[in-house]
Amino acid sequence: MRLLIALLAVLSFGLATFWMGTDGLRAFTAESARRLAVKQRPQPIPNVLLEDQWGQHFPLQQLRGKLVLAEFIYTRCQSICLALGNSFQQIQRRLRAVQPKEPVLLLSISFDPADQGADLAALARRFQQTGDDWLFARVVNPDQLPALLDVFGIVVVPKPDGEFDHNAAIHLIDTQGRLSAILDYETPEAVMELLDV
Amino acid sequence: MFEWRYWSRWRGPVLILLLSVPPLRTWMESALVTHALVQIPLLILAGAWLNVWVSTSWRSALAGFNSNGIPGLLLTLEVFSFWMIPRSLDAALNETAMELAKFISLPLLAGLPLALSVPHLSVLARGFVLINLVSMFAVTGWLYISSPARLCNNYLLFEQLALGKAMLILAGGLLLALALHLFLPLKRIRENQGESG
Repeated sequence: MRLLIALLAVLSFGLATFWMGTDGLRAFTAESARRLAVKQRPQPIPNVLLEDQWGQHFPLQQLRGKLVLAEFIYTRCQSICLALGNSFQQIQRRLRAVQPKEPVLLLSISFDPADQGADLAALARRFQQTGDDWLFARVVNPDQLPALLDVFGIVVVPKPDGEFDHNAAIHLIDTQGRLSAILDYETPEAVMELLDV
Repeated sequence: MFEWRYWSRWRGPVLILLLSVPPLRTWMESALVTHALVQIPLLILAGAWLNVWVSTSWRSALAGFNSNGIPGLLLTLEVFSFWMIPRSLDAALNETAMELAKFISLPLLAGLPLALSVPHLSVLARGFVLINLVSMFAVTGWLYISSPARLCNNYLLFEQLALGKAMLILAGGLLLALALHLFLPLKRIRENQGESG
């Protein structure tokens, strides 16, 4: 009898901790936990000062009123960032074709303090961007980077060869300037579905 | 003088202390393989060594609830599996509360119950548990290898591949040891030689 009680107690303990530790068996990785939390409650974003590819300085919250799709990159990146850029290109083509009711801005933010305005401009040229619906920006004050990356759930790990390893996603900032969704960059269709375009 | 039996009771606490001090702890947690397959098992071992501190009255009281060793073993497996979840490994590095939880739960809720339960396990139960460990390592190892996305934000992609491979090797080694034990009854051979010789 005591054995049965002990067995049941241990089983419930295990179930309870697993349930709590994975948000009801929904999130086994920190990334999926992040996305779930943001979907349930949009997060306010620090008002960092950005500089775009034309050297213009503006606070992030100045973009309020528009829907913003943000991604985090660095200009020397050879792998993920190119894929991120490609996804944005696909989304941009779709947005231009459909003309949604609410304006959507694409924003690529570099987390590399070494990236300067010229690097951003070069990257913009690489993606043949001349308009203002896709901004390539850097954070003017590197001290503001940790807080910004933390809100977006981006973890940057410097690699021995000077490159960075980082998780990547497409982030949706709502018209009130809050982070309201995080989506896989590999499936831009999901982004378009979310935007209803 | 130096009585091993007297001083050996301290190996549990000393190991936990050693594992928790920043130089060694940071070094072990810097690589995914050492974090998951060195630090965590060592914490479990230290907990098992703590069983000498359990008084006989406590031991018999617990044995009443743990007569076939299964509840205790289940607890060990649950706690160990919890810390194998990618999110838990990340959380231990990102949140102090979780790191503390890891250093307390692994010795006390995994190592200690293991040491207290093994004497009660039948041969069948022991074999069953070992086989399940083999499959657990094999499946978890395969998951870590085959996942295209980074599972832990704090570790690079190649690290989860290394961990996956290490787990598969561990599973294979364990299976081999079990098979040898089963098919090569060395003890019986030695006994027979002793009788006839």
